[in-house]
Amino acid sequence: MIEFFADARAFLPILLQGLLVTIELTLCALSLSLVLGVVWVVLGRAAFAPWRWLARGVITVVRGIPIIVQLFFIYFVLPDWGLDLPPFLAGVIGLGMAYSVYQAENLRGGIGAVDKGLIEAGEALGMTRLTLWRRLILPLGLRHALPSIGNTMVMLLKDTSIASTITIAELTREGQLLAISTFKNGSVYALIALLYLLASLPLGALVRGLERRGRLA
Amino acid sequence: MITLDAVTKSFGSRSVLRGVDLHVERGEVLCLIGGSGSGKSTILRCINGLERHDGGTITVDGTAVTKASLPAIRRRVAMVFQRFNLFPHRSVLDNVTEAPVHVHGEPVAAARQRAMDLLARVDMADHAHSLPGALSGGQQQRVGIARALALRPEAILFDEPTSALDPERVGEVLRVMRELADEGMTMLIVTHEIDFAREVADRVAFVDQGVVAEQGPAAHVLTTPQIPRTAQFLARVLHRNA
Repeated sequence: MIEFFADARAFLPILLQGLLVTIELTLCALSLSLVLGVVWVVLGRAAFAPWRWLARGVITVVRGIPIIVQLFFIYFVLPDWGLDLPPFLAGVIGLGMAYSVYQAENLRGGIGAVDKGLIEAGEALGMTRLTLWRRLILPLGLRHALPSIGNTMVMLLKDTSIASTITIAELTREGQLLAISTFKNGSVYALIALLYLLASLPLGALVRGLERRGRLA
Repeated sequence: MITLDAVTKSFGSRSVLRGVDLHVERGEVLCLIGGSGSGKSTILRCINGLERHDGGTITVDGTAVTKASLPAIRRRVAMVFQRFNLFPHRSVLDNVTEAPVHVHGEPVAAARQRAMDLLARVDMADHAHSLPGALSGGQQQRVGIARALALRPEAILFDEPTSALDPERVGEVLRVMRELADEGMTMLIVTHEIDFAREVADRVAFVDQGVVAEQGPAAHVLTTPQIPRTAQFLARVLHRNA
């Protein structure tokens, strides 16, 4: 036990740096996944059929390929085609893309739960489709989708560990390097597990806070 | 000002409107009565384009209701819903300013000032900063009327405005509607409130099986109906209300 605390003291500065990268990666990928998720939902409901096919195609393809393979594709294959992305950006794009299909699913569910009468009220007031989406459908749909988006956020936080495979110095990779060089597997991976767990707690609190603020009475 | 000529509408194979002829004069209050499923709500929904009619023509001051004319029509003809349909994520005040600011681009300050006047008119100024979910049904419906008035409409369609209310809340909404009628607002009202229709309506139209079966001056239709089906309907409704 005493040895563990000594290890923790020695390793934590490095691991905390990794955790910071993990959190940055999570927040960037989360933002991208939400924006793209909205795009897939909007395209999926477009009147122009090819837009709907595009959305459905992207969702089918992205959902069917493991995230690690998508990351390898972006980081190792795209350079062959002349697109050489730095690791962090490749990770954000890969994770954001992969998670956008889950966010689209979350948002679709939330939007489906929006009272049709409210949309009719907006139409009767003369709102255009764009105004309906901006003022009613997205803000109300987002409220309904918040619990499942929160759940997806925690999954994303943990899945950023996959980015360790494309040399991003996030928590898991920093830990791996420490473990390899010190042979202290037990201490290192216990600390990594603890840090992921601690990082996931504020996300839950954040979502509960947003839900409270968004309550409609 | 609003004229329907041989209007038809089907939902799939179910024919809901089967040739509706109806005319509302400017400044007139016309109440539509009839059993559930008779098509009276569908008539309102076709006038402001929430449903598209299949056949016949609907005109508002000579302008035919089409997809292209809808934005202009909806500015002139407002709607009040049975279930209020207030935007639950916006305050009472923001519900009233929503269309002036975000549809018609009025400056926020002016729209708010006017919205406060409208809320005062429906006796809801004290609740301007509440969310709709905190209000009773009657209060929500009065806000719904203020929201409709914010469009500066020439006519208002009321779709069973008191049917979702607790009985003790019906009066406060009818009072607001009565004031609007007295001020000369053109109103087309789907209602089960026969006493209100008798008192406020200039004319009453009885809708049955997708057509206007009988129409005329309110006192006339409601006290001496000319066809048996109107009489049967009135007997049923008045018996239930008694």
